[in-house]
Amino acid sequence: MATARQIGEVIIDLRNISLRFGGVKALTDISFDVREHEIRAIIGPNGAGKSSMLNVINGVYRPQEGEIVLRGRHHRDMNTHAAARAGIARTFQNIALFRGMTVLDNIMTGRNLKMKSSFLLQALYWGPAQREELAHRRKVEEIIDFLEIEHIRKTPVGRLPYGLQKRVELGRALAAEPSILLLDEPMAGMNVEEKQDMCRFILDVNDQLGTTIVLIEHDMGVVMDISDRVVVLDYGRTIADGTPDEVRGNQDVIDAYLGVAH
Amino acid sequence: MLYREAGQFKATYVEDSQIFPIRQDKVGMALILVVAFAGIPLLSLTGLMTDYFFTAILTPFLIFALATLGLNILTGYAGQLSLGTAAFMAVGAFASYNFILRVDGMPILAAFALGGLCAAAVGIVFGLPSMRVRGFYLAAATLATQFFVVWILTKIGWFTNYSSSGVITAQKIEMFGYTFDSALSKYLFVLAIVALLALLAKNMVRSNVGRSWMAIRDMDMAAEVIGFRPLRTKLLAFAVSSFYCGVAGALFAYAYLGTVEPEGFSLDLSFRILFMVIIGGVGSILGSFFGAAFIVLVPIGLNILTGFLENSAGISLPSGISSSIELMVFGAMIIFFLIVEPHGLARLWQIGKEKLRLWPFPH
Amino acid sequence: MQFFLEVLIGGLLSGVMYSLVALGFVLIYKASGVFNFAQGAMVFFAALTTVGLVDMGMPLWLAALLTMAAMVLLGLLTEKFVLRPLVAQHEITLFMATIGLTFFVEGLAQAIWGANVRALDLGIEDVPLEWMLENANMAISQFDLIASAIAAVLVTALAVFFTRTRIGRALRAVADDHQAALSVGIPLHHIWAIVWAVAGFLALVAGLLWGARNGVQFALTFVVLKALPVLILGGFTSVPGAIVGGLIIGASEKLAEVYIGPHFGGGIEGWFPYVLALLFLIVRPEGLFGEKIIRRI
Repeated sequence: MATARQIGEVIIDLRNISLRFGGVKALTDISFDVREHEIRAIIGPNGAGKSSMLNVINGVYRPQEGEIVLRGRHHRDMNTHAAARAGIARTFQNIALFRGMTVLDNIMTGRNLKMKSSFLLQALYWGPAQREELAHRRKVEEIIDFLEIEHIRKTPVGRLPYGLQKRVELGRALAAEPSILLLDEPMAGMNVEEKQDMCRFILDVNDQLGTTIVLIEHDMGVVMDISDRVVVLDYGRTIADGTPDEVRGNQDVIDAYLGVAH
Repeated sequence: MLYREAGQFKATYVEDSQIFPIRQDKVGMALILVVAFAGIPLLSLTGLMTDYFFTAILTPFLIFALATLGLNILTGYAGQLSLGTAAFMAVGAFASYNFILRVDGMPILAAFALGGLCAAAVGIVFGLPSMRVRGFYLAAATLATQFFVVWILTKIGWFTNYSSSGVITAQKIEMFGYTFDSALSKYLFVLAIVALLALLAKNMVRSNVGRSWMAIRDMDMAAEVIGFRPLRTKLLAFAVSSFYCGVAGALFAYAYLGTVEPEGFSLDLSFRILFMVIIGGVGSILGSFFGAAFIVLVPIGLNILTGFLENSAGISLPSGISSSIELMVFGAMIIFFLIVEPHGLARLWQIGKEKLRLWPFPH
Repeated sequence: MQFFLEVLIGGLLSGVMYSLVALGFVLIYKASGVFNFAQGAMVFFAALTTVGLVDMGMPLWLAALLTMAAMVLLGLLTEKFVLRPLVAQHEITLFMATIGLTFFVEGLAQAIWGANVRALDLGIEDVPLEWMLENANMAISQFDLIASAIAAVLVTALAVFFTRTRIGRALRAVADDHQAALSVGIPLHHIWAIVWAVAGFLALVAGLLWGARNGVQFALTFVVLKALPVLILGGFTSVPGAIVGGLIIGASEKLAEVYIGPHFGGGIEGWFPYVLALLFLIVRPEGLFGEKIIRRI
């Protein structure tokens, strides 16, 4: 699927990343890069280390070896707060919404880094604090419109069906107006129609806002359709990297997915 | 048919984000405030309400509601279980006492606020373990607060102005030359403070700070990833919560008991306030008031019941039985609520309102 | 030096008793993920029931036996009416439920037996051991020694029971994963019933020993507050942790009271174990023997 957007310079460069939990190697010497405005997919069988990779990018996990170059700046590892400030937002494989809060409040949390009112002004809910709250509310309502979830905005998230929760989680990530969006299986467990909706949202975000997207997804059809480049992991190693067409023909990839007699 | 929002449209976000978006709720709240501030005092002038209502029911109810509100901010909103509520109340009470005692011309409200701030500072110190531990490890840490604070207030004579028994007598509540010494005036004094602090709490929980607390409570990892700072968020919750408890403690000493000792702020009091949170509704401002009312009224109800059994029905009960029964009732109620309605009376109230909205139709 | 040893041994002996109570917590926590705050109330209930029956003219052994039956019944009722309806709830909810249970059991005990302090005589005198007094010039209480010997035997027996027997294995399976244990045919409710019964038994023993020493009174419920720092130190899931933690807390609190206490006006026993445990927590949040928790998302 061709889009008019211009793919830019390398924005995230991951170099020789290795991550261990005790004796278990989750990632071994992985290197790949992400360019500005592109949709970059990470694929691989279960347990290949895809989610760990996202966790390294936004600082949930700290790799023992390697470095992360973000917009030309070298980091030994990231931390979650710095990553959020640097414009990295993400969704999670097992939805990590705030279950006791409404859809509206959940998405509002996404804007927390942009809120400047002091705590005391918030307690008074007066003047600048109220104006700020309402300005952000306006922004959040735009996202709610975009994701077509107006009807559930005051529903507690815990009561929503799975597909809608995934959508709300995307909304929370978008609320931060990120430059880089990490999506961990955004379409897992969805039916065809829901998947189409989600694809449309992702492509629109990428196309209209120019957001760089790093995507983990199991549905090969989707991955091959929407991504610009694909990196394939297996047992914590990179086994292929390239355009969807290149990856599709790669023998290692076929073996990894279909299994091969060793 | 009376309780319906049909026809009330919200055209702006200002209108939509009010505390009571539905007109009937607004009217209801206004009525409650009018009754609380004017109706009840007028009634007492007619002699229908004796001092007993103020000293034994209304004033303690309001003070406990404030402490419950404080604990609810920490436990209900920020998800950090605390068993040290009474300790923060003690800090507030004894700090206020010393400010008034040692600083000439210290205005009473300023002393209460400073007492609250001292409690907040203690709250921050004892909230530091929340950096590393959660769940009941943290609860155990707050137990340390409970024992440590009571111990230090007992051991260091300065805090109690070297009173040999450790008991302090709270100074008179005086403002602008007026002394609040009647039961009614103390009630109004407490009511004004509690109403103001409840409004501030409501504002906090509907703003970014409240969302940060709930985010940490619901999914701390995700909250961190979207930019909330966990430690700062938790410590702010500890500080605000302890401030509320501290002010409640000061009122407890000044407007309710008059004389207090450190041991009065026992673990048992902490538990009772936790019960108020559970029964009223975890994570609900309104629920804090329900819970406090419930726990204040149950012992009174039980006393009336046992009194009735003994006097009218002629059943003689062993002495001290009513306090044992009180313990059993509290315990059973807690278990009952946790099983049947974990969101407490506040949730029942909400369900009731939803039913009322549809009435007379079943759905 | 002799005085130091005397204090140390006295502390270790009371530490064994803390271990005994802490073990009751660990058992229930391992099997059902419930931090049973009511353990202290159970100790109180058991002691009060026994002493109440003795005061009614029953021999001690019969009273203890009947109390045991009552404890088992209490455990079964708790399992059925408190824990079963709350299964799969958040552990904090369960914890709060056990605080409710604490109040209920305390109220129940006092409603039945009254709130007076009662004396319990087990026939062991609380006098210094003569042999130690003569040979080492140390005053070690005979009662403490026998009580901790009983506690030590019990603790060892339980440790063996839960590591070597079928029920023990089933228990550990349940602790690891309820669903998985159910799916391989382990009867969950039976296991829970057994665990609560054993915890009731531990409460009975602790109640008798403690009650005989300090009198059967409401203060017995506070043993739960002694056991908490032990658990923090040892980890909530570790049997050896409960034992070692108990000894450390027992010894250090007595030493602190004797050597540091006077500088602060005494009475630091109440909070010292907590501060010790907290400092420890900051260094090692999972406790001495607890497993390291990896947070996943």
